Amino acid sequence: MLARYRSRGRVGRIEEFWGFLLISPWVLGFLLFTAGPMLVSLYFSFTEYAFPLKPAWVGLANYVKAFAKDDLFGLSLWNTLYYVGVAVPLGICLSLILALLLDRKIPGRAVWRTIYYLPSIVPVVSATFLFLYIFQPDYGLINGWLWKLFEVEGPGWFNSRTWVKPTFILLALWSAGGPTMIILLAGLQNVPGEMYDAAKVDGAGRGRRFRHITLPLLSPTLFFVLITGLIAAFKIFGAVYVSTQGGPFYGSYFYVLHLFTQAFSHWQLGYASTLAWLLFIIVLVFTLIQFKFSGGWVHYEGETDNRAS
Amino acid sequence: MTAGDAATARGARSPIQAWDVFTNILTVVLAFMFGFPLFWAVSSALKLPIELNVIPPLWFPPAPRWSNFLEVNEVLPFFRFMGNTAVITVASTVGGVLTASLVAYGFSHFRFRGRQAIFILMLSTMMLPMEVTLIPTYLIFNELRMVDTFWPLFLPDWFGGGPFAIFLFRQFFLSIPRDLSDAAKIDGCHVMRFFRSILVPLSVPVMITLSILFFQGSWNELMRPLIYLTSMTNYTVSVGLMFLRTQILANVAQRGEPTEHLLMAGSVISMMPSLILFFILQRYFIRGVIMSGIKG
Repeated sequence: MLARYRSRGRVGRIEEFWGFLLISPWVLGFLLFTAGPMLVSLYFSFTEYAFPLKPAWVGLANYVKAFAKDDLFGLSLWNTLYYVGVAVPLGICLSLILALLLDRKIPGRAVWRTIYYLPSIVPVVSATFLFLYIFQPDYGLINGWLWKLFEVEGPGWFNSRTWVKPTFILLALWSAGGPTMIILLAGLQNVPGEMYDAAKVDGAGRGRRFRHITLPLLSPTLFFVLITGLIAAFKIFGAVYVSTQGGPFYGSYFYVLHLFTQAFSHWQLGYASTLAWLLFIIVLVFTLIQFKFSGGWVHYEGETDNRAS
Repeated sequence: MTAGDAATARGARSPIQAWDVFTNILTVVLAFMFGFPLFWAVSSALKLPIELNVIPPLWFPPAPRWSNFLEVNEVLPFFRFMGNTAVITVASTVGGVLTASLVAYGFSHFRFRGRQAIFILMLSTMMLPMEVTLIPTYLIFNELRMVDTFWPLFLPDWFGGGPFAIFLFRQFFLSIPRDLSDAAKIDGCHVMRFFRSILVPLSVPVMITLSILFFQGSWNELMRPLIYLTSMTNYTVSVGLMFLRTQILANVAQRGEPTEHLLMAGSVISMMPSLILFFILQRYFIRGVIMSGIKG
């Protein structure tokens, strides 16, 4: 390696100089806005830091506080796990259904695809207000329909402690279904049609073709949307902050809302940094667990060459 | 092929048709569920207060009240919020696309020590939640007296635009043969001329795709504007819309009539730029999503 650089001589050194110069914006940004802040926030997580006072070292006290004294930590983590655990699998199922519906010969395919995709480009604040209105318990459309069609008294949705999390899950399904569908659709179109024809000749029914051809070939794509969906869902914040603010009775008090409140309402930057690092660790552990189990169900075609693209 | 036809002929025809009918109905029902809320937002934004929550619901207001959109601006300086957001969005998009393409040029067309290691380090930062760096970054901008300015919201994008943008550009640049650039490596003028006159024109589709991703990220962002912008004249649309709701809720008691038409008008205004852009550049939106799926 080194020999090659030496032999390249002056031109090699010039090339090296330009290479470093061109990537220097990223290197600078990495030091300033990523690596530096990460180390600093790790340090803060071991301090009592009531901004604008100076941080004071307290060792592991913040971590002990999170697990032993702060009830809202456990509650917000539980709320978030509930949300992630339901919204992510349900969202993938919905997007898979949408993708399968569009992976057929149907008239107006582009139109349907646009309609499914459109909600995802609505800013999160607008989308949330739209749902607040439609799911308004007394005069909202949904409860009106429930009463008219089924004579069922609709729940309180955002105003009910038990229903608020499912309502946010519905919001997530509506606004994130489209992009995931697009990714899965791209994956589906890579499945060679001859495989289905061959399976049909062998007399495999619709269900078996789906289980034995579609799912295995789609599994790398499914794995990808599972991981990214998981990471995104853990960080739910905007929708909650502009609507329920964690209520009613902490029913929608999610993890990042707790972090945000500690940091920018109470200005407890030390404890908030602890919460940030715990979030990082929790998400990392979840991702690693998924990778660990992925060997059992994710099949890469050819195992070596096809995974690159 | 014939075996399949035979199977269909043997009486399996009707279940197959039933399945088609079922899936077609499902397609339409789901499209209704995805599309209807948007229709309802626009319809409500054009209503009079008394037309809002009537039974049965009024789908098309007989006399659309376009003035609602102006009335929103009287409650809060909403058009100013639009302008603010546009400035931030343009600044972050330009900076992100420009610096990402330069960094990617360095990673793809130049050999230097540790290139591979640095590149992998860069990719691994994709895993980092922004929440971990949030507080120290805030303190940096606070030290720089940049709180309550737009700087914290776009300046970080001028440092390479993030790992995904760099990755995407690099993948594209790698497909452009190196030997074209090898001859041009003697002095800086040539290095930059190759970039400007060959790489940039060729990568216009990638640039549009990435611009859309930057635009969406910037336009829809809530948490950082919430933290950094403290005076109302600086608010972005998202923050402004949030305050519009509080403002309206405070007024409801006095007025005694529903105000959802204003809230929906504000929501419609804030989603308009994305919608317009989407209908012009739909292809690139879709491509952006697919590309983000490919990076796995």
